[in-house]
Amino acid sequence: MVDSKLVLAGQTIAYTCYVLAIMALVAWFAYRVTREGKPGGVRPGWFWSFVSLLVVIGVSLHLITYNTIPWVALDLHRGSAQPDTTITIAVAEHRFQLPADRIVIPCGRHVLFRVTSADLTYGFGLFREDHTMVFQMQVVPGHDNDLLWEFDRAGVYSIRSTEYSGPAGYQMVVPDAVEVVCPTGNAAAPTSDAEATP
Amino acid sequence: MTFLATLMNGEQAAFKPASLTPMQKLTLRFVVVGLVCYAVVVIEGMIMRLHEVTPVPTIQTEQFFAIMTAHPLVGIFGSTYSIVCGAFLFLVPFLMKKPLWSITLGNWTCALLGIGTLTFWGAGFLSEYAPLYTLYWPLPADFTQFSLWGGTFFIVGIALAMVGTICFVINIFKTITYTPEGWDRQPAGALLASALGITAVKNFFVRRKTEHLVPLPVAAIARGTVDTAFNSAVILGTGVLILVYMVAALLGIDLRRSAVDALLYKNWFWWGLDLVADGLVLIFVAGTWYLLATLITGKKLFMENIARAALLVELVVSWTVWSHHLLSDQGQPAVLKVVSGEMVTAFELITQGLAFFITLATLWSARPLKMTYPLRFLLGGLLGFALAVPAGIMQADVGLNRILHNTQWVVGPHVHVAVLVGLTMTLYSAIYLLLPMLTNGAKLYSDKLATFHFWAHLLGGIGMGAFMGMAGLQGMLRRTLYTDGEYRVFMILAALCGTLLLLAFLAFFLNIVMTLGVKGVLGIFTPAKVRTKDLLPVEA
Repeated sequence: MVDSKLVLAGQTIAYTCYVLAIMALVAWFAYRVTREGKPGGVRPGWFWSFVSLLVVIGVSLHLITYNTIPWVALDLHRGSAQPDTTITIAVAEHRFQLPADRIVIPCGRHVLFRVTSADLTYGFGLFREDHTMVFQMQVVPGHDNDLLWEFDRAGVYSIRSTEYSGPAGYQMVVPDAVEVVCPTGNAAAPTSDAEATP
Repeated sequence: MTFLATLMNGEQAAFKPASLTPMQKLTLRFVVVGLVCYAVVVIEGMIMRLHEVTPVPTIQTEQFFAIMTAHPLVGIFGSTYSIVCGAFLFLVPFLMKKPLWSITLGNWTCALLGIGTLTFWGAGFLSEYAPLYTLYWPLPADFTQFSLWGGTFFIVGIALAMVGTICFVINIFKTITYTPEGWDRQPAGALLASALGITAVKNFFVRRKTEHLVPLPVAAIARGTVDTAFNSAVILGTGVLILVYMVAALLGIDLRRSAVDALLYKNWFWWGLDLVADGLVLIFVAGTWYLLATLITGKKLFMENIARAALLVELVVSWTVWSHHLLSDQGQPAVLKVVSGEMVTAFELITQGLAFFITLATLWSARPLKMTYPLRFLLGGLLGFALAVPAGIMQADVGLNRILHNTQWVVGPHVHVAVLVGLTMTLYSAIYLLLPMLTNGAKLYSDKLATFHFWAHLLGGIGMGAFMGMAGLQGMLRRTLYTDGEYRVFMILAALCGTLLLLAFLAFFLNIVMTLGVKGVLGIFTPAKVRTKDLLPVEA
């Protein structure tokens, strides 16, 4: 599965190019609007071309991401999917209650994270060792909060609450809580207390 | 004149508050309240920026989150609402060429916004009540973390601001539709239909077109005001719900917090709250751009009928986009995520893009233009939204939201660039344009300060948003605290840009005080000596 880091890199490049282009356009406009020009205004054709461009961009963005970001279809259709592994996590009083001190997950398996809250609205996010985010979801009390994911590379990840739940919430971090192990990966052999089970 | 004399009497003593009409005083009062609140917001913002670089020992965690709770609310209701209400209570009668329906009600709006903001800010400051502006259930009723009395006063403060807002809504619609004394009877229904866009919809289906009775900016103000009314009702309703739990707790009764469905509540609350960010702000801003462009150029608006229709589309869109705030809520139905969260939200790219193009095309038609402060700030405002709207559209995508939601990306390149660069620079443009009219020709104290204000605000706003965004792409969350310096480099750069914003505001504030003089500013708050319902003095 395409890594979320790669998706963010693509987004960064696309948005940076756009920012530079639009800033250059407005700077050019600011210069030219103070200069003499040909009489007559903007032709309606330009306007309608611009509108068409906006429509194409607005529609195609979601079509592109649906077809290129693998977790979108996985997420939208997770109700009918059969996970290989389910990891159940409870949250209460600003604490994550994990099934083990370190959850070990094999590569290439569809893992369903099922997180429930007993009191407040929290968040559930998985973060790499360099603090970048793998994914997150909201954890709303009284509801099923589940996320289907497939890992394709080895690594050790921290869990962090991604939603504000009062001043105590920022300390809701469990370092090195999840380890993904691949047959050909470079991560250390599992030293887990428990391996995620189907 | 010496510096001290100018400070007391204003530049060339040209500003004479005694010459102001009640309407001019009313509008200037709103501006002063708005700018004082903005000063609070900037200072709070800088405190948070410094705390994000490295935790400030004198600021406790509870205080930090209390500041974070008050910051956007003071910014929206205290600052932006005050300036917007003041400007529109002046512009609607100005454009409709008739007096405001009620100056008294206008003064009540100003007072309630100011007192309400002071109340909820004070409650947060003293009690550290900090459920954030999102108020996710059941956090606002979690009395193990928050003070009951603090929360009660906080909600009362919000409610006062909302009542003030409802007074504004009534005043706007009454002004559009009422018949002033001595006038021929006004067609109230037709005026309302034109303002809300019903006439435009009818015109679409019939051969014989009905003339639009209200100018385009008034139509924008009326349609944005519809969202303002809905938003006030939702916020008030939410406040009542929270107050019920607080009063019960004060009486020693513990209500079952799970009786309120947290996800349903979230849908209700975001539907209402989104009417600000994705509704009235975009509609008001588009209307203000159109007005500024026509006033700056003296030309007719490019594609005026399309602009009018787009404002109606924007209004309808604003009622149906709230789900983009719930793309990470797994209990939210997938159909709502895709249709409301993605598809309808994408319309905002189109409607705001149209407003951007129409404004630029109108300016272009009047070349060569002098690069005045209103034009300069207007271009800054246009750039701000051109940067912030696509950033928002990107995060309103099911795929990208999974890795962007609640990161600094959301609050940096999207929220802060939209508010600070897009919205605030548009408001500054209006202030610079209307200042001579509202003050009967007061002379701006310093061009150098105004120029510095522009560049420092533009670079500070874009820079801060950019560095927050870069941190967000590296995984930095919003609404949290990092104590191990994980994102320190980004936070130092964002703090430097925040400092630029603070300096920009100080330059603007000094310029305005030196323009009006301390006596002049105080004179705005004394009763008007000119007895008239006219907007401007007869001789002006």
